Amino acid sequence: MTETRRLDASTRQPTQAWSGNGSDMSVWEHLRKASPRLNHNPNSYEAQQLNRVSLDQCVKCTICETQCPVARVTELFSGPKYVGPQAERFRNGESVDHTLDYCSSCGICTLACPQGVRVAEINSMARAVMKQGHMPLRDRLITQTTLEGKLMTPIAPVANWALRRKPIRVAVEKVVGVHRDAPMPVAQRQTVQGWLKHRSGPTPRRSDQPARGPVIFFTGCAGAYFEVETSKKTIEVLEYLGFDVIVPKQGCCGLAEQSNGLFDGARAKIRALCEQLSAAGREPTIVSSSGSCAGMVKHEAHEIMGVEDPQVLDVGARLRETSEFLLDLYDHGQLPTDFRRIDSRFVYHAPCQLKAQGMGMPAIRLMELVPGVQVVESDENCCGIAGTYGLKKEKYEIAQAVGRPLFEKIKATNKEFAVCDTETCRWQIREGSGAKTVHPIHLIHAAYGLSEIDSPQV
Amino acid sequence: MYQGVTMADFSVDVVVVGGGATGVGVARDAAMRGLDVVLLERADLAQGTTGRYHGLLHSGGRYVVSDPESARECAQENAIVTRIHADAVEQTGGLFVVTPEDSEDYADGFLAAAHAATVPAEEISVSQALAREPRLNPGIKRAFAVFDGTVDGWQMVWGAAESAREHGATILSYHRLTRIHRENGRVVGVSCHDVKNDRELSIDCRFVINAAGAWAGQVAAMAGCHDVQVVPGRGIMIAMNHRLVNTVVNRCIRPADGDILVPVHTVSIIGTTDVKAPDPDRLAIPRAEVQQMLDAGEALVPGFREARAVHAWSGARPLVKDTRVAAGDTRHMSRGMAVIDHRERDGLAGLFSISGGKLTTYRLMAQRIVDEMCAQMGEQRACTTADEAVPAAVGSPTYRVTHRLAEREQAWQRDQIVCECELMSRSAFVDLLAAEPLATLDDLRRRLRIGMGPCQGGFCSTRAAGLLCSQGQTDAPTATIELREFLKHRWIGLWPILAGAQVRQNALDEWIARGTLDIDHAPGQADPPERFPIGAPRHDGQPAGSEQKAEVA
Repeated sequence: MTETRRLDASTRQPTQAWSGNGSDMSVWEHLRKASPRLNHNPNSYEAQQLNRVSLDQCVKCTICETQCPVARVTELFSGPKYVGPQAERFRNGESVDHTLDYCSSCGICTLACPQGVRVAEINSMARAVMKQGHMPLRDRLITQTTLEGKLMTPIAPVANWALRRKPIRVAVEKVVGVHRDAPMPVAQRQTVQGWLKHRSGPTPRRSDQPARGPVIFFTGCAGAYFEVETSKKTIEVLEYLGFDVIVPKQGCCGLAEQSNGLFDGARAKIRALCEQLSAAGREPTIVSSSGSCAGMVKHEAHEIMGVEDPQVLDVGARLRETSEFLLDLYDHGQLPTDFRRIDSRFVYHAPCQLKAQGMGMPAIRLMELVPGVQVVESDENCCGIAGTYGLKKEKYEIAQAVGRPLFEKIKATNKEFAVCDTETCRWQIREGSGAKTVHPIHLIHAAYGLSEIDSPQV
Repeated sequence: MYQGVTMADFSVDVVVVGGGATGVGVARDAAMRGLDVVLLERADLAQGTTGRYHGLLHSGGRYVVSDPESARECAQENAIVTRIHADAVEQTGGLFVVTPEDSEDYADGFLAAAHAATVPAEEISVSQALAREPRLNPGIKRAFAVFDGTVDGWQMVWGAAESAREHGATILSYHRLTRIHRENGRVVGVSCHDVKNDRELSIDCRFVINAAGAWAGQVAAMAGCHDVQVVPGRGIMIAMNHRLVNTVVNRCIRPADGDILVPVHTVSIIGTTDVKAPDPDRLAIPRAEVQQMLDAGEALVPGFREARAVHAWSGARPLVKDTRVAAGDTRHMSRGMAVIDHRERDGLAGLFSISGGKLTTYRLMAQRIVDEMCAQMGEQRACTTADEAVPAAVGSPTYRVTHRLAEREQAWQRDQIVCECELMSRSAFVDLLAAEPLATLDDLRRRLRIGMGPCQGGFCSTRAAGLLCSQGQTDAPTATIELREFLKHRWIGLWPILAGAQVRQNALDEWIARGTLDIDHAPGQADPPERFPIGAPRHDGQPAGSEQKAEVA
């Protein structure tokens, strides 16, 4: 609301005709006063070109509105066509509409648009303008994912205990604005780096596998601190297949800040991350089991924030999501498929951010290589959480409503087990459906006999 | 009293002919001085030249070299119009830029000429210009800042008309002048046809002010004053889908074709050309000129040719023939207004023809002609038009493109949006319809911008036609005819620019209208004649404007 008032005050200034005569102000100063521009436009020229120009392709067909998971469940959001290509024509680089923040940035609209309008990207840029100089403390806090991991890991039992205490969560909701019932990560006693340091050595290479040389593993913050099991299993499978897995010291990709409109911070983070990943090697493929962070590097950094840094583009081009990487091996006849039989029928949900990367759904074919596995595609656009969206107290109910059809489908298909590629989505699905929800690598890891499928989910 | 008409419907001091900026300005000015005024407009207010221009509220910068007197007037009137029509004016600011294709000769003399004409102008760095307008050609060599703004001609004219009404004037749109009556070398009255109600009116008056612009010659001829030569200079303009720039951008060269890009409302308009046109009611939009404009835009904003154009139209500049230049080259005629006192020219007292000038200086032109009329009346009446804001502008900030979005933000859940592209609400439409029950969809469009966005009526027009029925204004067959006519008029401005993204839009629009709605078999006459035709009939019996490439709406 502060934002609205601020902008109204600036747009409702009383009429003052230009006055060139008898005034000390220069023409340029007058002009800047009467028709101001943002002092610091968070959107880059490149992103504006790419995204704003795409609104020319909109034919108002409304297909995006029919696919929007948020508009389907709430009347608080005016829909992607409205806040995207439609409202953008009225924006003049300013922001007067704050309902756009009900967009969860899931990106389904862009994916669905048959004309190539970057609906979600246009809206993300407008959100960045809207939030400039008006960022709730909550949004600044929850976007610091590395910090959260670093703080919680040493006190994991206490942190996990605290996050389960209702009075504490009520206090957190009141003070910070994170909903009391929002899904939370489970803090781990050991980070991936801690595990690597203390384990006895790499997973032995399978006897029939060649030494395949190095790959760089990009953990993502959640993969480093919370969903540690997923990272471990990815590393172990890669090593089992003959890869030399390099896990460099690495920071955050900045995705949470990007989706909250904090572009400056996000740009600095993605550049630093790509610097670190590049330092580990200029040639090797980079593998990640964090579908959303991979999406940030491959897609959003460039398409939303207009980052043109060659190192970021290079890292993005070398980056493969784990399922994508393994399926590529399979397609080249290099993936051993003597999997153990796992008789299971379960729902697989491809997260929005994975879909936005335009690589299809490699996890489905990969998992179906395992005898006995029957993958049921979720056919739902979004689980609702959309990164940090579903944590916020004013959006929690919406996020739950968005996810409900998915939760119901999981309960009806296999209420014990479900698969999804990204961390926050898994937290949401676990909370909403009660099913143990894991990354596809858990299934592959078990099918190679490296673990049991009922091993810890995180 | 004359011609068998025994009693006039009105008896007034002045009849103003023409409901464009000039005519409405004269009506307002005269009414504010306490005179009884009737204004006659054959179609809708500002349907002619006033509504068909690029929307530039001149700083004067354009004329500092070619016509310093015009430049000085523009600078003064810009400030006044911004004040009295705040609701219709956006203070965008303006830039004059030297593109890589231009020599710097003109720019070298620009500041000195601006200073001499008292037009505020200032050179800024290229990087300042590019920071303000990132899509500008990065190769520009120099840039100057001026106080250009933009103005919605319809909004401005309706504002002035409301003001005139408040001061007692009678504004009659869709009233076509049929005769000017003279007795003993004086104008004594006029007859007109009330087009929408199909009846005749007669009006007694002391003066007739012919403010018919490009049509002024035709009006003067009705009083028997022949050979008033107004050479219509046809110019085309193209609206691009969104604001490629948010500041008016002028090319810093001697005024030429396609050298202005103007952000008006949600679009940016490139203009214009200047070709002598024989008939202001039949203005073509030649494709060659469309391409010429797109090419010209490319010099200012790279990628312009590929950007989406949503509509093109033609307007007729009213330039009174001046023997100093050849009639075929109308651009370099004086832009000053021409006033003809027919007492001197034709021995007919009480008739003035006023023509030429610019929308920016409409108020000043009105002031001068009413001054002259008062002098002939022998009355001292001071002009107050610069001192009082029109009703819609009282307490209003200047317009900003964000206004509608900010308004919708407050009300989108409770007030349906009828025109999505231009964010026009149901209540805005219904309220205006209630106030103007005889309004056509095109009349409403000019006030509300319905159908003027990217879809060009493809989605909103059917909603609007539905509202005409549900509000009890008309029945289904008539509403369908109304809908067909509206779409037909929209398409006049679409045919010449159909390319790229707009083709897909119009294909979808056509599928919706023909496929989903089966408009060809909906009630009402399938190919109705124009209900309110304008101009003389064509040779084939069709009224002017029914030809495909002429703009009628």
